[in-house]
Amino acid sequence: MKMNIRLLAILVTLSVLGGCGERPPIQTEQLGYRGTGMEENSNPRLLQKVVAANQLGTIQPPADTSGPLAKDIYQNVQVLSDLSIGEFTRVMLSMTDWVTPAQQKNCTYCHNAENYADEGKYTYQVARSMLRMTRDINTNWKDHVKDTGVTCHTCHRGGPVPSAVWFTDPGAGRENSFVGTRAGQNSAITGLGITTIGHSSLPYDPYSAYLLGDSPIRVEGSTALPNGNRASIKQAEWTYSLMVHMSNSLGVNCTYCHNTRAWSSWEQSRPQRAVAWYGIRMARSLNNGYLVPLTDVFPKHRKGPLGDVAKINCETCHQGAYKPYFGESMAKAYPELQGSKPVAAEAPASVESPAVAAPASAKSSALAPVVAPRVGPATVAAAGAQRSSSGGGR
Amino acid sequence: MAEYQNIFTRVQVSAPHYPGVPHNPRGVWVRGVKASANYWLGKIGDAQIGPFYLGSTGVASILCFIIAFEIVGLNMLASVNWNPLQFIRQLFWLALEPPAPQYGLRLPPLSNGGWHLMAGFFLTMSVLLWWVRTYNLARKLKMGTHTAWAFASAIFLFLVLGFIRPVMMGSWSEAVPYGIFAHLDWTAAFSLRYGNLLYNPFHALSIVFLYGSVLLFAMHAGTIMAVSRFGGEREVEQVLDRGTASERAALFWRWTMGFNATMESVHRWAWWFAVLCTLTGGIGILLTGTVVDNWYLWAVKHGVAPSYPTTFEPVPDPALTSGVAQ
Repeated sequence: MKMNIRLLAILVTLSVLGGCGERPPIQTEQLGYRGTGMEENSNPRLLQKVVAANQLGTIQPPADTSGPLAKDIYQNVQVLSDLSIGEFTRVMLSMTDWVTPAQQKNCTYCHNAENYADEGKYTYQVARSMLRMTRDINTNWKDHVKDTGVTCHTCHRGGPVPSAVWFTDPGAGRENSFVGTRAGQNSAITGLGITTIGHSSLPYDPYSAYLLGDSPIRVEGSTALPNGNRASIKQAEWTYSLMVHMSNSLGVNCTYCHNTRAWSSWEQSRPQRAVAWYGIRMARSLNNGYLVPLTDVFPKHRKGPLGDVAKINCETCHQGAYKPYFGESMAKAYPELQGSKPVAAEAPASVESPAVAAPASAKSSALAPVVAPRVGPATVAAAGAQRSSSGGGR
Repeated sequence: MAEYQNIFTRVQVSAPHYPGVPHNPRGVWVRGVKASANYWLGKIGDAQIGPFYLGSTGVASILCFIIAFEIVGLNMLASVNWNPLQFIRQLFWLALEPPAPQYGLRLPPLSNGGWHLMAGFFLTMSVLLWWVRTYNLARKLKMGTHTAWAFASAIFLFLVLGFIRPVMMGSWSEAVPYGIFAHLDWTAAFSLRYGNLLYNPFHALSIVFLYGSVLLFAMHAGTIMAVSRFGGEREVEQVLDRGTASERAALFWRWTMGFNATMESVHRWAWWFAVLCTLTGGIGILLTGTVVDNWYLWAVKHGVAPSYPTTFEPVPDPALTSGVAQ
């Protein structure tokens, strides 16, 4: 009898612990001063999957840079006009490897086999814009990507659609109902049928608010006593949701960037927080500058339920790692994608790269010119209303 | 007596039901009213069930609670498009949200927080009516009203969270959502917004009294069961006539920590710890956002929060320093 009770106790304990979801071992690395709880937890068993998902793609052998320029040989070369024919071919081969689907690993996924200069296929136009974007990132977003840089493979990882993209959430179809509205949160699965952020009941589409729109992220009071900060608790939930997304995407704890005793304090934050700050601005700028303008180019089956284009968030590049490929650089092997060469004179001031053209400004509001019209009007407007803290006089 | 030397009740007295204390003719108890007994209930308490007395406040309270419960539950059910399976699957996530901030203290549409206000009203009514009932029953039995006032302390915290603080902040959106994960997320967001509630001294006091209550409960219950072999569970008599049980218990604690509570005072300790838990907690919530906007900075200002050496080179806020095109 006693044995039975003991056995039962062990079983109950195990099942309770098992409910926590993560089997040991958990490894802890100290990141900050002792006693501040700034530590990074990782589980080598789970990390294996992330490592497997973060293997570098094929790197083509370096190309001859001395040959004639590709634009002088081929027609309609708009972005890579500064590359030699060898470099140009190298990029094309690499893109075939990195981006085209498994069942069509050849040039015709984007090109018309009859006429390679033909812009008829939507993939051709998207690829052109994405090349501009890649060069923009490697040139103008060094605050985030440093010298590691990005290639097509950073997001695509061998397929035409990166494994992590997002669409504006259509909601559960009850936004204007008399009863049972969700205010963009309180659900285990989103309107898109995917699990919510961190399995929480937090708002499940922070992307539309922060990575497309530029809703204010900072909610915490900056003074000890009330000083006009009207950010609501609901707004804090939206920010919280964005932060959980970042944590999930990078496979890190909050303390990877923050000292959790004073979230907003830059003096106590690790330098990684500033990198992440630029990352948010980068994702927002790229979504508005490159992806939203492609909305009409993409066919319907590539779009979200609200007809919006697939967009990027932190996970699109990071794929569970604190740095894509855990910091290994593919882009270094691809000077062609750096955009470091003197840009040819005829490169048009295209609409796809306004981020480059945006005027210098000390404030993030410099993004204003590139903020595109709201994509999912109903949902985003509703979300915006929820986040607004302007109502109600105190 | 030996049977009492166990942490579970081992003895069940099977006896005629007792109808209650003597009462005046207009009293609530009716002698001879049918009560029943339940063996399994007897395992954890008194086997006798009844007689019940709900009274008008009890009935009204239950009605109000049912209305509030239904408003919350039906909104949750509606939010999964009336799918009962999804309702069960997602129950922990589902919630009834308070109004959006832009409505301030105005009446929002039902779909945007109106139901929340209505549920809040009926839940508050239910709780207040139950308090009246608690008070009245104690009075009818010529008891003190300690239970009612302890309950009032919990109601104070409940009212602060859902009514008093939102009114002071000028927005119903500050209230707590009705939902399992939702109210937990709200709690975390509350601390995030107001600069870490752990630096709120009233929050700290509340935790002291919460954990203190648990500790006192364990100490007291452990002590009484430990001396039950000497009749230690007859605590009320031992207030006046100590007897060997309470003398041993007292000596045990004096040996342990040089001081002991008495058979009477330990209950005052327990009552105050429980009452102060929600009372100080309510004060802490009430001050947050109304009087203090960032508890961490408040603690720094008053020399409470220490500063630690940095082990890395901090970077300035990029929102203030960032330059080109970003």
